[in-house]
Amino acid sequence: MRHFLTILAHEVRMLLVSPSTYIAAVGFLSVMGFIFTGILEAYSKAPQELSPASVFFEIYYFPAIFMVPLLTMKCLADERRLGTIETLLTTPVTTAEVVLGKYAAAYLLYLLFWGSTAGFFYILKRFAGDAHLIDPGPILGGYLFVAVSGLLFIAIGVFASSLSRNQAVAGMLCVTMLVGLIFGGQYLANATWMDREALSPLKAAVDYAQVQQHYQDFTRGVVDMRELLFYVSGTVLALIFSILCVETKLLHS
Amino acid sequence: MTATPIQPAIEVSHLVKSYAGVVAVNDISFTVPRGEIIGFLGPNGAGKSTTMRILTGYLPATSGQVSICGFPVATEPDAVKRRVGYMPENNPLPDDMRVSEYLYFRGRLKEVPRRSLGSRIDEVLELCDLKRVRHKIIGKLSKGFRQRVGIAESVLAEPPVIIMDEPTIGLDPHQILIVRDLIASLRGRMTVLISSHILPEIEMTCDRVLIINQGRIVAQGTPSDLRREVLGQSAYEIEAAGDLGSLPFLLGSIDPGLSVASEGAPDVLGFRTIKLKTLNPEDTGEAILRACLSEGLRVRALSRAHPTLEDVFLAATRRSWDAVAEDRVPPGRS
Repeated sequence: MRHFLTILAHEVRMLLVSPSTYIAAVGFLSVMGFIFTGILEAYSKAPQELSPASVFFEIYYFPAIFMVPLLTMKCLADERRLGTIETLLTTPVTTAEVVLGKYAAAYLLYLLFWGSTAGFFYILKRFAGDAHLIDPGPILGGYLFVAVSGLLFIAIGVFASSLSRNQAVAGMLCVTMLVGLIFGGQYLANATWMDREALSPLKAAVDYAQVQQHYQDFTRGVVDMRELLFYVSGTVLALIFSILCVETKLLHS
Repeated sequence: MTATPIQPAIEVSHLVKSYAGVVAVNDISFTVPRGEIIGFLGPNGAGKSTTMRILTGYLPATSGQVSICGFPVATEPDAVKRRVGYMPENNPLPDDMRVSEYLYFRGRLKEVPRRSLGSRIDEVLELCDLKRVRHKIIGKLSKGFRQRVGIAESVLAEPPVIIMDEPTIGLDPHQILIVRDLIASLRGRMTVLISSHILPEIEMTCDRVLIINQGRIVAQGTPSDLRREVLGQSAYEIEAAGDLGSLPFLLGSIDPGLSVASEGAPDVLGFRTIKLKTLNPEDTGEAILRACLSEGLRVRALSRAHPTLEDVFLAATRRSWDAVAEDRVPPGRS
C-alpha cells in the first residue's frame, strides 16, 4: 500500500484543478443553499414539528444522485479511454492501490462538499439567536449518515466507472444503480406481492436494505451496527468488484 | 537481489499468447544480453505489442517463460516492473498535467527516492531537450514533444531494461533523428527493445533485429546477417544492351552460382536492367563487366546492390506467410 498515498495525492490534486469539480461544487452549494433558505422561511411562518436539520438532510439523495456520478465517472473510465491505465499498471503499483486511491480521493471530495454545508448551520446559529433551531442531535446524525452512506455511494460510482470506458455511460450507470439502491428498496418494501409467505426471506433482506429507513434512524440518533455493516460491507464488495473488473478488462483488452 | 550481472536482460522461451481462440504470439523464444539495443519488426497484427505487454507484466502469457534480469514475470511481477521502463503504443499521457508534475508523479510511482527525484527530473528533461516546456500542460504540446515526454518518462527511474512500442511513430524526420540519437545514447547502459515500422530507423540504431510475423519469429540477427540469411549473398544490377541470349552461359563461366534474377524491359535506347544474384561473397563485378564487354554487350552501368532492411523484412515476412499457408494445408488443424 506504499503507493496508495501517492495516487491519492495525485487524484485529489487532479480533482482540484479540474473545472468540473468547481461546477459541481457551485451547483451543489447553491441548490443546498436554496433548500436551506426555503426550510428557514417555512420555520419563520409557522412552528414545525421537526428541527430544520432533519428536514435539511432529508434530501441527502439529491446530491448523492447528481454529485457522485460527477465525482466518480471519470476515475477509471477515462484512464482506460486514454490508455494511461497501461502506463499506470506497468509501474510497481497494484490494481487495488489504484482503485482505492481514486476511491479515497472522490470520497474526500464528497465529504468536503458536504462539510461546506456546515456553514449554513453556523450562519443560522450566529444570526438567528434562537437556540431551539439548532438541535445538535439531528445535525450530527445527519452528517454521520452522509459520511457512512457516502462510502457506499462513491464505491458504486467507482464500480460503474470500471465497467465502461465511456464517461457518460459510467455516469448513467451510476445514477441508475444509486436510484435503484435508494428508492428501489422502498418500492419493493411497499409492494403487496412481497407479502407472500414464500417470499418472506426476500422481504427480510429488502427491509434490511432500506436506505431511507437508515437515514431516519441516524437523524433520530439510532446508530445501528447492522446498518453500519450494511454500508461498509456494500462498499467493500463494490470495491472488490471494481478491482476485479479492471483486471479482467486487461485480460480482454 | 539475487540477479547477477551475467544473466541476460530479457529471456523469452516458448512464449504463447492466445486471445479467445486467436493465437497472437505463437511459440516465440529469444534472449537479449544486457546493454544491447534490439529492434522488433513485423507487420501490423504480428504480435509485437502483445509480446511487449507480456514482457512488462501488463498482460499474462498463455504459456511459456519470460524473465527480465533473471526475474520471472509470472511470479515476480513487482521485481520486473521495477526494472522495466515502458512506453506503450501511441504513448498515452494525461492531458491536464504539466510536464514536470507528470514526471514527478511517475517518479514517485516508480519509487525514485524523493530526495534525488528533483535532480533526476532535471537530468531527463535535459536529455530529452524538454527544458523549455517543463511548465507547459501536456495536452497543449506538439506530437514531437509528447513523444519525448514519453521517452523521458520511460528512462526516468534508470531501469536496466527499456521497452518502447513505436517511439518514432508520427514524428517528422528531424525529430526522428533526435529520438534516434537519444536511444543510441542509452547504448551500453540500458537494454532497449524498440518496435518500429520505419526500417532505416531500426537499421541505424539497433544492434540486432527480430522480425516477427503472425506470432512467430521469422528472422533474427544483426542487419547484415539478416541480409545474408534472407536474401542470399550478393546481388548485382547491370544496365546493358545487345543480345542477351548468351548471358546465362557467360555468367556460369564466371561463377557457377551466378544467375539472372530478373530482366527488365528495354528502354528507348535499348538498355535493359538485369538483376543478378549469387551466393558467392566475393566481389565478382569486374569479371562480370569484362565478360559482358568481350561478348559485345554494351554496358551502361554495373552496381553491386545493397539490400536494405526493407528488402529483408519483405522477404522474411513473405517467406513466413508461405510457410504459414503450407501449415494450414493438413486438415484437422485449427
